[in-house]
Amino acid sequence: MPRPKAEERTILLDARAMSRALQRMAVEIVELAHGTDDLVLIGIQRRGVELAERIAKLIEQQEGAPALIPRGALDITLYRDDLGTVGPKPVIGETHIPGDLTDKHAVIVDDVLYTGRTVRAALDELADFSRPKRISLCVLVDRGGRELPIQADIVGKSVKTGPDDRVDVLVEELDGRDQVDVIR
Amino acid sequence: MSRPILLQGGRVIDPSRDLDELADVLIQDGKIAAVGRGLSAPDAVSIRNVKGKIVAPGLVDLHVHLREPGNEDEETVASGARAAAAGGFTAICAMPNTDPVTDNQAAVGFIVRQSGRAGLARVHPIGAVSIGQKGERLAEFGEMVGAGAVAVSDDGRPIVSSHLMRTALEYARTFDIPVADHCEDPALAAGGVMHEGLVSTRLGLKGIPAAAEEIMVARDVVLAELTGGHVHLCHMSCRGSVAIIREAKERGIRVTAEVTPHHLTLTDYACEDYDTHAKMNPPLREAADVAALRGALKEGVIDCIASDHAPHAYDEKEAAFDDAPFGVVGLETAFAVAHTELVESGIFTLPELIRRMSTDPARVFHLAEAGGGGTLAPGSVADVAVFDTTAKWSVDPAAFHSKSRNTPFTGRALTGRAVLTIVAGTIVHEL
Amino acid sequence: MTAPALGKDLTGLEHMTPEQIRLILDTAEPFKEVSERPIKKVPALRGKTIVNLFFEASTRTRISFEFAEKRLSADTVNVAATGSSVSKGETLVDTARNLEAMRIDMVVIRHPSSGAAEFLGDRIASNVINAGDGKHEHPTQALLDLLTIRDKHGKIEGLKVCLVGDVLHSRVARSNLWGLSKLGAEVAVCGPWTLMPRGIQELGVTVFGRIEEAIEWADVLNVLRLQLERMEKGFIPSLREYYRVFGVTPERLERSPKPITIMHPGPMNRGVEIDSRVADGPHSVILDQVTNGVAVRMAVLYLLAGGRAELADAAKRGGGGGGGAGGGSE
Repeated sequence: MPRPKAEERTILLDARAMSRALQRMAVEIVELAHGTDDLVLIGIQRRGVELAERIAKLIEQQEGAPALIPRGALDITLYRDDLGTVGPKPVIGETHIPGDLTDKHAVIVDDVLYTGRTVRAALDELADFSRPKRISLCVLVDRGGRELPIQADIVGKSVKTGPDDRVDVLVEELDGRDQVDVIR
Repeated sequence: MSRPILLQGGRVIDPSRDLDELADVLIQDGKIAAVGRGLSAPDAVSIRNVKGKIVAPGLVDLHVHLREPGNEDEETVASGARAAAAGGFTAICAMPNTDPVTDNQAAVGFIVRQSGRAGLARVHPIGAVSIGQKGERLAEFGEMVGAGAVAVSDDGRPIVSSHLMRTALEYARTFDIPVADHCEDPALAAGGVMHEGLVSTRLGLKGIPAAAEEIMVARDVVLAELTGGHVHLCHMSCRGSVAIIREAKERGIRVTAEVTPHHLTLTDYACEDYDTHAKMNPPLREAADVAALRGALKEGVIDCIASDHAPHAYDEKEAAFDDAPFGVVGLETAFAVAHTELVESGIFTLPELIRRMSTDPARVFHLAEAGGGGTLAPGSVADVAVFDTTAKWSVDPAAFHSKSRNTPFTGRALTGRAVLTIVAGTIVHEL
Repeated sequence: MTAPALGKDLTGLEHMTPEQIRLILDTAEPFKEVSERPIKKVPALRGKTIVNLFFEASTRTRISFEFAEKRLSADTVNVAATGSSVSKGETLVDTARNLEAMRIDMVVIRHPSSGAAEFLGDRIASNVINAGDGKHEHPTQALLDLLTIRDKHGKIEGLKVCLVGDVLHSRVARSNLWGLSKLGAEVAVCGPWTLMPRGIQELGVTVFGRIEEAIEWADVLNVLRLQLERMEKGFIPSLREYYRVFGVTPERLERSPKPITIMHPGPMNRGVEIDSRVADGPHSVILDQVTNGVAVRMAVLYLLAGGRAELADAAKRGGGGGGGAGGGSE
């Protein structure tokens, strides 16, 4: 498809900056949850799952916790409100909730927060599994542009973007390197 | 009586006299007055310049279904005769499976009168073989022939009882009429909706094996030999039947046969997508059958082309394949389909095609005795068709004169059509 | 990359591409998990109205579709249109027009006439899913069979699968045949010659006249239901003889060098086409088929609901058509 103009790609976070952001987010999560006893991390498919796994490992390291932080994965495809306008997603990822979340503090982890619709869907889906005592939201990048009254509790990096811009999050596990780009 | 007509400068093809030459044809008092070059025009003559056109004896169709009486919404004698005229036919033979069945002299007389009122193509009634086409008791052949029937048939249904077929063939000898049979073994064909083969297997539709036809063709041939009667085999569809007829003719058995334009051109693949306009009985068969039928028609093993024109209301065909009725209309496409597929492709010459659509069918049903047809010999009845064999057109069912639209040829590009049709000296169709 | 969209309708597997079939199977995987959730329901088809239009009696297929629809939050109406006094064809046309007038989103249709689903799909804008049409196809049954085989063997390609029994009258057999061959399995059929359709070999299928030969050859036996009326119509002399000659029994299976996976689309005639000890045996995946049926039907409903109208018929004609838009970060 021909593009109207050449796209301009700028690096928002390189690998080291991303590593520092994740370290800080791990610390903030433990502070927010008053420790790790009730903490559960839920990554949103796809890259949220990888980020949740990274953060969980960082928390385990820094806390020296004997028990692993429970983590789950959530695919919100079936909870989207725009089926029929975007066409079918070719792949629906795994959804896995680690046990009963009642009386737990669930932290939803995603790569980018934009319109808020994904988070809305994730909240709906989580509610169909159980009733956590608290749900928080943690994102690597907040790019603004909200269409719903949703706010992240923990943010790695904020950036102002327009509706035609794109934010690409690359993670080592899936993309071979850690980097966040803004494409304008 | 209408004005004399002079057809000037056409290519005159009269298979009855092996004539194929540029000539004028003068029609006077309902008869062919003269055929020759530079004919002088009598007073008040109506002159038609037919240079570049074909002047031929009007086409004859031994097998049509007009739905009058009973289903006049689908076709009437008049609308069928109008469609026939538009297709270049000057005589058509109407099968008796009307409602009520045409199985007595009053019913036969009704068709004759309706035909006369319409004043278009001649409609010759075919009487039923058995009362009510029930396959039990013989209908009154003698009275029906007296009223105008040219043949007997239970078409639409096969004559299942071999005894009935035997007596029909024997009894028909007195009146020198053929017994036309729809060859189908009902037990083998039961529930079938298309040809039994790879396509029916894929579509999950119940098939009618070729054997269902061949068995009855063989039986009819054996009974024709036994009785000395004349059996006419309707709408042959498969290569096995061709082999049986060929052998019977070689042995001098009185058997004649017809084939439809669709069986000469389409195969069971036309049923793909469950197109109910490709549902007819006998069903469309395989490419090898089409090839055998074409060869048999060329050789004369099969005597003639007949349309098996079978009108159905549009909503009857608007159904699942199993539930749709059998049959397609054909009067207005028969010549063009045959011309395009057989003549344009070089398999037949034009005179050969006209012979199989006019002279031969007229001979098979002895139509010379029933008013004429199949010849342009001076003195004979002026049933004439003029064709433009270069005219290109595509089939648009909405333009049909027939009341029904159920054709498998919708949208097909064809070459050749009747531009002038004359019955007994009167113009009944002109483009 | 373009995703292999399904088009408007699912009428059969014959004209689908292997990619389209794989898409459905892959999509079915995550739907299995939905049925294991405490609340077995996702809002994917919220607000969609689906009519289950059954012109033939059916219990398990209808229930399976209904669960699939409800677990996707669709609104469903069941219509059982059997025993109507009007002829079947008239009913179908009129039904199509009525459904169209009610602006429903999807129709799941079962009908005794082959081609009925395609007929309906050509006449209404709603998505049409074939739940069995005459002797033609039963695509969701074949898809769930494929998924079950893939679960059990980890693959489909290269497996030897034999369909046993009344192939002539079986829409399940036809759909399986297309699906299996497209995904690279070797396909055979086995049964009395009276129940074999003409020309089946031309479809690249091996025909075994004896069950012993089929058992020696196969990795998977999919045992078809034998309808009682086949005996009444004279295709086989008796059920007793059928069991003795073609029944899948432990004694016959024992002679196979390897374990054979046993499948049956149900409902089973125990002691006719299949021995109870086989149906309930360790290599039977018959109940897995039922479980997978719901997941496969959810996948089909979900994919068709997301399909775009302009792709209609592309799948039917064998073309893949373009795919859905990419997801992006959000």
